[in-house]
This record gives sequence, C-alpha cells and structure tokens, in this order.
Amino acid sequence: MSARNAAARLGRLVVAVPYLWLLLFFLVPFGMVLRIALSDSATALPPYAPHFDGFSQLGEFLSGLDFENFRLLGDDELYWQSYLYSLRLAALTTLIALAIGYPLAYAMASVSRRAQGLLVVLVILPFWTSFLIRVYAWIGILRPDGLLDAALMGLGLTSEPLRLLNTEAAVLIGMVYSYLPFMVLPLFATLQKLDRSLLEAAADLGATPLKAFLTVTLPLSLPGILAGSALVFIPAVGEFVIPDLLGGPDTVMIGKVLWNEFFSNRDWPLASAVAIVLLIVLVLPLVLLQRARLARGEAA
Amino acid sequence: MKRLGPGLILALVVGFAFLYLPILALIAYSFNASRLVTVWGGFSTHWYVTLMSNEPLLDAAWLSIRLAFVAATVATALGTLAALALARHGAFRGRTLFTGMVLAPLVMPEVITGLSLLLLFVAADVERGFWTVTIAHATFCLGFACIVVQSRLAGFDRSLEEAAQDLGATPFVTFWTVTLPLIWPAVAAAWMLAFTLSLDDLVIASFTTGPGATTLPMRLYSAIRLGVSPEINAACTIMIGAVAVAVIVASLLMKRDRLAGG
Repeated sequence: MSARNAAARLGRLVVAVPYLWLLLFFLVPFGMVLRIALSDSATALPPYAPHFDGFSQLGEFLSGLDFENFRLLGDDELYWQSYLYSLRLAALTTLIALAIGYPLAYAMASVSRRAQGLLVVLVILPFWTSFLIRVYAWIGILRPDGLLDAALMGLGLTSEPLRLLNTEAAVLIGMVYSYLPFMVLPLFATLQKLDRSLLEAAADLGATPLKAFLTVTLPLSLPGILAGSALVFIPAVGEFVIPDLLGGPDTVMIGKVLWNEFFSNRDWPLASAVAIVLLIVLVLPLVLLQRARLARGEAA
Repeated sequence: MKRLGPGLILALVVGFAFLYLPILALIAYSFNASRLVTVWGGFSTHWYVTLMSNEPLLDAAWLSIRLAFVAATVATALGTLAALALARHGAFRGRTLFTGMVLAPLVMPEVITGLSLLLLFVAADVERGFWTVTIAHATFCLGFACIVVQSRLAGFDRSLEEAAQDLGATPFVTFWTVTLPLIWPAVAAAWMLAFTLSLDDLVIASFTTGPGATTLPMRLYSAIRLGVSPEINAACTIMIGAVAVAVIVASLLMKRDRLAGG
C-alpha cells in the first residue's frame, strides 16, 4: 500500500514540476502583459504605473481600468496600418512558401524511404542554423553590388544594380527562406502517408493526372496545408529580425513597432497593448492549427 | 518506388538550391582574402585569425555556450517530465491548460514571449542577466524538448516497465533503470535541439538580459547592422559547422534508436 502511495506521489510530482514552472514563467507573465497594457505610462522606472495591486483592490481596479493604450492603437494610423501590413506580408509569405513547398514536399514523398530520411534531415538542417545567420546570408546576396547583382550583370541580364535590399521584396524573400521548412515538413508528413493506390484507382476510373491530383491528393493533404500555413503565418506576423535587417523605412511590421515602443520610446504599456492585440489577431490561425493537428491525429 | 518525373526532379533541385545556396555563398566568402563581397581575392583563413582576437565576440560566444548548456539541461529535464505527464498520467486536472502552455511557446511570436518574461522579472525585482535569460530560454525550449521525448514515448513498450514493477522495483528505480535507458536517445536529441535554440535566440535574450550579459546573437546582430564583413561570415561558418555536426549526431542517435527499438 505504501509503495502505491509513493507511486502516486511521484506521479503527482511528474505533473506538478513542469506545470508549476509553466504557470510561473508562461501564464503569469501573460497576466503581467495584460496588467501593464492597462496602465498609464510613467517616466519612472519601471516606466509604468500599475492599476492592479492585489485582489483586495479588485473593485477599485475595475472602475479604474485604463483602455487609453488600446484607444491610442485604434486612433493612430501607424499602429493599425502596421498590423494590416504584417498580416498582408505574412499571408504573401505563406502563399509563396506553399507554392515552393508543395512541389518540394510532393517530390520528397515520391522517392524511396531511404532517400526520404536524408531529404528530411536536409530540410531540417537550415532550420537548426541561426535565424540571424540565414538573414545575414541574404544581405550579402541582395545588397547593391552583392552576389545577385554580380551574377545578373555578369550574365548580361541586367545592366545596373537591382537595389533589392531594404525593400518589401527582400523581406518577403527572407521570410519565405526562413520559414520554408515549417511548410515543407507537415506537408511531407501528410503526403508521405497518402495511400498511392487511391491515385491508381482514380486513374483506372479514367481520371487524368490533374483531375486525380485535384480530387484525391489535394483534399487529402489539406490538413498538412493548414498546419504548414499556420506554422508559417503565425510567427511571420510577429517577425522582427527580418524586416529590421532586410526591410527599409516602408516595411514597418508590428513586431518592429513593438520593439521600438519598448526599446526606443520606453513606452512599456503601449508595447504591452501592441502585444495583446497581436495575440488576439493570432487566435484564429492558432485555432486552425489546432484543428489541423487533431485532423492529422485522427488520420494517423 | 516510382520513377521521378522531370517536374519532381526540378522541384527538388529548385527547393534545395533555394535552401542551401545562400548558406554556401556565406561559407565561401568567409574564406575570401578580399574584404569585398563580390571580389574573390583568393583563398585565405585570414578572417578566422582576426576572429580569434575579437575579445568581445569570443566572450559573448562563451557566455552563450554556458547559458545554452544550463538552459538546455533545465528545458530537457522539465520537457521530459512534461512528456511523461502527458503520456502516462491520462486525464489529470488542468490537462488542457497544461497542453496549451507546453505547445504555445512553439508558435508564439518571440517579441511577446520576451516582453512578457521581462515584465515578470521587473515586477519580481530580480537582477537581470545570465539567470533571467537562462530561465526564459528554458521556458521556450521546454515545449520543443517535450515534443521530441513524447514522440519516443508514443512507441514505447510499457510491458517492460510493468515487468520491473512486478519484480518489486519502485517507480523511481523503474524510471532510472528501464524507462530512461530506453528513451535516452530522444532525451539527448531534445537536449541538442534546446541547446541550438538557446544558442540562436536573439529576441527573447534581448528582452530578458541585463548589463554585462551580452549573448553571441546580440553581438552578431549589432555587428550585422553595421554592415557585411568577412569576419562575421567566419563566425557564422563556425556556428553552422557546429550545428551541422550536432544535427548529424542527433539524427544518427535517433536512427540507431529506431533500429534498436524495431
């Protein structure tokens, strides 16, 4: 009996330790963001004046809630335009990554099992190298007189530098490049499990390869498309490093706005409000991701 | 196996060229004798030599390695526990919240994770530096470690654990002598993943660090903002080499594990 009690205690510990860690370092910090988003900015250190100092003051807190930061986000064009811009750029990134990633994943799923393992490692390998290094690599390629210009002018295709660095195109290239593995891996996972005899059946019944693809392969790979798209779209919306290093003054994404509000303007309440709205924007793609994950779980 | 058509071969070639050419170009130009990016001035290891006397960068690298070591160890320990909790402790109270908290950092924009942890550290009035970054990294790497270990636990023969317990082993002894030896390749792979994630992180570290604790990505970031230089290429090449070795070792471990596990 005591052994069983010990086992039960140990079992509770296994759950409790990571649970408490995550409550303390994941959930509580989110409460802090919300709390500070509803505070006034102050020039003191830390630069915010909290409205909420414990449950005894709950009534006072509720009456004194300050949505000023959120009103500012709505009133100032800079903020909602950079949200819209981030969403647009993330959507474009997702579409381009899908256009490049789907054929790649399809080809990977078509080779022998042995080669598949190697190709998966080859897709993952760049994901393991630093984000910063991959973005830096593109600076060397895209900058005026960089490798791309040298190659294009050397081949006589262009006569003057393209000046791609610090443009929206550069940000798109950098984001597609950085997030492509996130698109390819879920697509590959669903395409690999696809029962190829279904395609043979479609062909036997007279379907052209295109029709078989559209009516069999594409619908069956939909969970992979959804999961891959969400995995690219969600981090792309909040991206900071890529627009900062590859973009220019016109490519103001919301992650950069948050960074600037925090580090340059030292307006912590406003930065927190930006973070809260960003999270709300991401709820829908997160739900889609979860549903794609469940759908994949059922298929497996 | 079906023969690949020309379209699929093209997809493979274009896809992998896109993934690898930028990195290969970066590596090639770290061995360029000329400082100019477009002019090939002959093979040289000059930039590696100057790198070795760049004290601030070396200090930052050493700090990042120590930090990633501690963060990866904590993240792997907690991630393994979380994976055990999810795989073995069926429906405990608050399981949905737990799963959400484990998985959310995987897709959460880094600016939000960084900002929220900094606000916690400021509110708790702790001195920011090595340990705050370590805690932040351990938290965001936990989910990655958990997923890697969980995938191993899913294909695990539980009758071995039951046999050990029938023979009188306590749960702790069972874990130490049966479970852990069977899942250790996944635990090692989880540790390596957490280590590289911590080593790479710029955004979360920038938020949660304090004076005197400048990590390697932070140092590189400020250097990159000033422009391209072959010395940065050399530093990046060393990091890419280290990561490539780690990934190859990790995938060999997983492969051996799969062969052994049947």
